[in-house]
Amino acid sequence: MFFTGIYGFLTRRNLITILMSVELILNSVNINLVAFNRYLYPHKLEGFFFSLFVIAVAACEAAVAIAIIINIYRRFTTINVEDVNEMKY
Amino acid sequence: MSFSQVMFAIFSVMIVVFSILTVTSRRILRAAIYLLFVLVSSAGLYFMLNYQFLAAVQLTLYAGGIVVLIIFSILLTSHISQKFEPVGWKKSLFSALAAIAGTIITITTILDYSFSATTEAAQEVNMNLIGKSLLSVDYDGYILPFEVISILLIAAMVAAIVIAKKGGPGKTESQTPNQ
Repeated sequence: MFFTGIYGFLTRRNLITILMSVELILNSVNINLVAFNRYLYPHKLEGFFFSLFVIAVAACEAAVAIAIIINIYRRFTTINVEDVNEMKY
Repeated sequence: MSFSQVMFAIFSVMIVVFSILTVTSRRILRAAIYLLFVLVSSAGLYFMLNYQFLAAVQLTLYAGGIVVLIIFSILLTSHISQKFEPVGWKKSLFSALAAIAGTIITITTILDYSFSATTEAAQEVNMNLIGKSLLSVDYDGYILPFEVISILLIAAMVAAIVIAKKGGPGKTESQTPNQ
């Protein structure tokens, strides 16, 4: 799932689908952490709490990313990454 | 094959198939729905691993919060029935090669390494333990990341409101109406 997310991140042109690929990457890392915690260190809970914090951080950055996307849409009326090519002068 | 192996196979096949469909689908709303299926299937995996709290948090935050945010922003910023043009084949080929090479490297590394399972007893994860360790100041406490995440959430809320507010920095103040 991690590499599917990376393929989507590199290939897609719409900003929102890039955000969806990033969420796929974060979700795959969470599954990895929890599986390691369950099967290799069942007496400790560090992977569990780390993935809890990863979910919280992913929610924050998705919210801020969508705010930025809405702002870009207001300026350019498009959300393809190929058309957003002016920086503020 | 035991029942839990069958369930694990079903969940992982669902996750892999839907994640590939998410990144290659031509319509954007379908990609969001496939992402929702991926998140719900991974919550099912967490339920199988007996981590009920994490599965509930994943369903609430990810599948109920982030996917709803994504669908709202799709509705705000693009035509729903607009189809994507297919990506140029060179870009897609090189990205696919990079992704497949990474997958092969990771899988061979994992299969070569000999994981040693411990024989200690499994720690029961109930809400009492989660609450206490999130707030304890001992060696195993998680109070520092807990407070930092609270500050991060407030900062993210303020940032999202400020960024998405109408009226950029170049606008002059409106005149007060004459009485």
